[in-house]
Amino acid sequence: MRISLTINGNPVSEDVDNRTLLADFIRNTLGLTGTHVGCDTSQCGCCVVHLNGEAIKSCTMLAVAANNSEITTIEGLSNSEDLSAMQESFRRNHALQCGYCTPGVIMSAVDLLKNNPKPTEEEVRDALEGNLCRCTGYHNIIKAILDVSKAG
Amino acid sequence: MYAFEYFAPKNLQEATKAFNSFNDSKWLAGGMTLIPSMKLRMNAPSALIDLSSIEQLKGISIKNNILSIGAMTIHADVANSLDVINSLPALASLASGIGDPQVRNRGTIGGSIANNDPAADYPSAILGLKSKIITSKKEIDAGNFFNGFFSTSLDTDELIVKINFQIPESAIYLKFANPVSRYAIVGIFLSKYHDEVRVAVTGAASCVFRVNELEEGLFHDFCSSVVDKTDYGITNLNDDIHANSEYRRYLIKVMIKKAISILQKK
Ligand SMILES: Cc1cc2nc3c(=O)[nH]c(=O)nc-3n(C[C@H](O)[C@H](O)[C@H](O)COP(=O)(O)OP(=O)(O)OC[C@H]3O[C@@H](n4cnc5c(N)ncnc54)[C@H](O)[C@@H]3O)c2cc1C
Ligand code: FES
Ligand code: FES
Repeated sequence: MRISLTINGNPVSEDVDNRTLLADFIRNTLGLTGTHVGCDTSQCGCCVVHLNGEAIKSCTMLAVAANNSEITTIEGLSNSEDLSAMQESFRRNHALQCGYCTPGVIMSAVDLLKNNPKPTEEEVRDALEGNLCRCTGYHNIIKAILDVSKAG
Repeated sequence: MYAFEYFAPKNLQEATKAFNSFNDSKWLAGGMTLIPSMKLRMNAPSALIDLSSIEQLKGISIKNNILSIGAMTIHADVANSLDVINSLPALASLASGIGDPQVRNRGTIGGSIANNDPAADYPSAILGLKSKIITSKKEIDAGNFFNGFFSTSLDTDELIVKINFQIPESAIYLKFANPVSRYAIVGIFLSKYHDEVRVAVTGAASCVFRVNELEEGLFHDFCSSVVDKTDYGITNLNDDIHANSEYRRYLIKVMIKKAISILQKK
């Protein structure tokens, strides 16, 4: 099926197999490899992107179901050479080690602050329920997110 | 995942027509269960009929003490709806505890109850409240909807349009969640109406169930000592790596008592 959608502000139109997952479409067809696939079973959150402004797991959605939607990936958070506030805060707080989970965690964090600009630490931890990080122990991730919320 | 045809109809007529033009079609809602099961090839439908473009299946409204929720309403919308928070806060709280934020942004109430996972949260609210399932063919009373392990009384080509909940005087949902998946190891939905008390249990057996013996007693004396006094003889509880059946039996008792004491204070 031919699908048309907006990705990081740019319109795209592509032919896709019905069974192509949105995560694979983003990575393989569009070449936006910032979105990662960690588990492919809806558990880890490495593949989180924003679909019409809401965080979703792109490994558990069909690309055809994203027809006519607006998608933002980690590449779309900043449109210049500078990092976005959340990315910068992750860098400053050393909120990543291997970095594999990071794009998904950041997309979840941005979604959280959009809905709840001043979350408590507990609310931040709750919001990261769907994101697994095998390296950091989460502590600095929470710090980085709370820092952005305090600055905002 | 095996190949399949895909349709995204705009209304119920088109949806049913598309569904019936293939041998082995399936409705696609949030896909949070169906897509993973297709990846595992446990499901291999010849066609998916995506319900997400049918406006009639979405939305929340209240009329004459009935809260109506469209089948395609996502968990996040139920959790955040002021109508739900004000009229039936136990349901908003149930929805806010499903899975994680990304699951709540895709998963739907219709998909959840059609799937009837024995550990899912919503089925306990369907049975624990006076509710009706409105489908493309008929109205099904809550008590006749769930048919056992992952099974419902829906025909294959029948789809859930909305669920109508009669708003109770008070209600509460308590979940002892699996720390990984957030599915219920035991979940208790307790509600009080002027003429009835309902207690539904999810997660504990092969299908959600009501504890009728207890409901009667609690209607006459809404007090946790009734739970100790009543022989409600629940058998065939799940026994798995998460919790054995004795542990679940104990959780059911403790959680019902806790639910009663919380509602008493309200
Ligand atoms: C990581 C993860 C964690 C989760 N945690 C929880 C949890 O804690 N508690 C919980 O309750 N659930 C949990 N879920 C399940 C989730 O909440 C969804 O409710 C569930 O997957 C089904 O809803 P869906 O909209 O995704 O349906 P789909 O996956 O699209 O469909 C499920 C089934 O229902 C059928 N169907 C869908 N809509 C209709 C309709 N309107 N009429 C008739 N049939 C229909 C489909 O054909 C399919 O067979 C979790 C899921 C994931 C992936
Ligand atoms: S890759 Fe999507 S949740 Fe893990
Ligand atoms: S930084 Fe390595 S998984 Fe999170």
